[in-house]
Amino acid sequence: MLRVRNLKCFYGRIMAVKGVSLSVNAGEIICLIGANGAGKTTLLSAVCGLLPTWTGEIEFEGQSLKGLDPPAVVRRGISLVPEGRMIFPPLSVMDNLRLGAYTMYKKKAAEAVEQDLESVMTLFPILRERSDQPAGTLSGGEQQMLAIARALMARPGLLLLDEPSMGLAPMIVEKIMEVLEVLRSRGLTIVLVEQNALAALEAADRGYVFETGAVLLQGSADELLADKDVKRAYLGKDYGDFYDAV
Amino acid sequence: MYGRAQKIIYAVFVIAVIILGWSLDNEYYLQLLIFIGLNTLLALSLNMLMGYAGQISLGHAAFYGIGAYVTAILTTTYNVEPILALPAAVGAAMIVAWIVGIPTLRLSGYYLGMGTLGFGMIIHILFREWSSVTGGASGFVGIPPLEIGPLIFDSRRSYFFLVWGVVLLSIIMCRRIIDSRVGRALRSIHDGEKAAAAIGVDTKKLKVQVFVLSAAMAAMAGFLYAHLIYFISPGTFNFVASIRIVTMVVIGGMASIWGALFGASLLTLLPEWLHAFSEFEMVVYGLILMSVMIFLPRGLTRGVIDIYYRYRKSHDK
Repeated sequence: MLRVRNLKCFYGRIMAVKGVSLSVNAGEIICLIGANGAGKTTLLSAVCGLLPTWTGEIEFEGQSLKGLDPPAVVRRGISLVPEGRMIFPPLSVMDNLRLGAYTMYKKKAAEAVEQDLESVMTLFPILRERSDQPAGTLSGGEQQMLAIARALMARPGLLLLDEPSMGLAPMIVEKIMEVLEVLRSRGLTIVLVEQNALAALEAADRGYVFETGAVLLQGSADELLADKDVKRAYLGKDYGDFYDAV
Repeated sequence: MYGRAQKIIYAVFVIAVIILGWSLDNEYYLQLLIFIGLNTLLALSLNMLMGYAGQISLGHAAFYGIGAYVTAILTTTYNVEPILALPAAVGAAMIVAWIVGIPTLRLSGYYLGMGTLGFGMIIHILFREWSSVTGGASGFVGIPPLEIGPLIFDSRRSYFFLVWGVVLLSIIMCRRIIDSRVGRALRSIHDGEKAAAAIGVDTKKLKVQVFVLSAAMAAMAGFLYAHLIYFISPGTFNFVASIRIVTMVVIGGMASIWGALFGASLLTLLPEWLHAFSEFEMVVYGLILMSVMIFLPRGLTRGVIDIYYRYRKSHDK
């Protein structure tokens, strides 16, 4: 569904992603894990058209995304849940959701938008309760749910999430991962960027481990969960074992 | 409930306009109210750009001036009917806004302020120095009164109704835009341009569009101004005039349609009331504006609503 080949991304003269290749099949949950500055967010920005300075190939459903601006990418069926949620605080929850459907008008979709509103509010009942409140008054977890719901309003085929667990209680993280599972069962393909590697790998089918702009490791989620280096570096487990083994 | 409250406000507004229009006989008061109307149009136009979309313009008087000068030149030098000059005046401002907007609106924050400031100055200098066409620094004389078919707007009372009719239509238009899908997108640009782009809002295009709309409304005000006074000079459309429009928006309340009305009223009436202070006029004027911003930082409209809620809360206890 999404295929990235030899992607290099630049901020001015600095290369933040140094030749990454990866592929996402329809119906998969893929996670990208790695520390700060590994290039995960940069990669998502390149896919979404937010960062135009990249070389290499990004293909979505067989068509190149080169040169597309963000609205065009959204219309192709890729939605981003941005890092730090980036909801619109003074606007009501309802207005935030309707904004998510901004690209839908061309598809003559007034009815579809109402249906989608109903469906995301069933997915996140709290949003229905809070629909008239300014989005800024929501708690962190609720804002994250709003950000996901807003992205769904554009009816994407591929959903990209950038650190959805950031700053949230473990229970909320678990809830959000459950929702992703539900969405996948409805046919959505998901790419999850996370520093919370354990939560991400438990939800994902496959994963890529990033380090300083390159893919260090890739494999099924189970393999990565069992991998010694991943354990040491990202899961904070078996640290002692690792040292003993050396 | 929200819709009903809006309807009541509109009704009050319309009734107030009709009563004032019929009952006032004093030319001075009518003139003053006409100026409030024109300033409301200007504040409303800038509020769409600044209050809602979050893009500052420090050169808005340029569009006001373009509206006034285009109609002045067409109707006086070329004897075009005023009603035919109207689309030309508004259209010229829109074209200029479109050409200037595409490069300028790539800037943001202080830089956008600087860019629009420079644009305003260029247009002002053009009005002043292109004497053969604009009449130069001494101004443009002999603009005919506005005629629409059999109607001739040469009395203060008729002009009062004309201007406030246009204000009412503009308020309704802005309200409808703000409550629409496009209005939500505008507000999203204000909150976070990148986030807006990420959900599929074409921010570049939308910013230029709102800039063009805003210029059209300002040019409309300029058109009405020229046919009200019959005489225009570059000083009306200088840098200070641009700043006055910005002040009206900020004092009235950003992102508030009625705020434009309050801001315009206050800034039009204050200088008149303050004549009593003679040489201290500007000092008192400045002090009042400072106090409004210190005590009602969100502008008159929000400020008064907040005070009302606080009052009600303290009474409920």
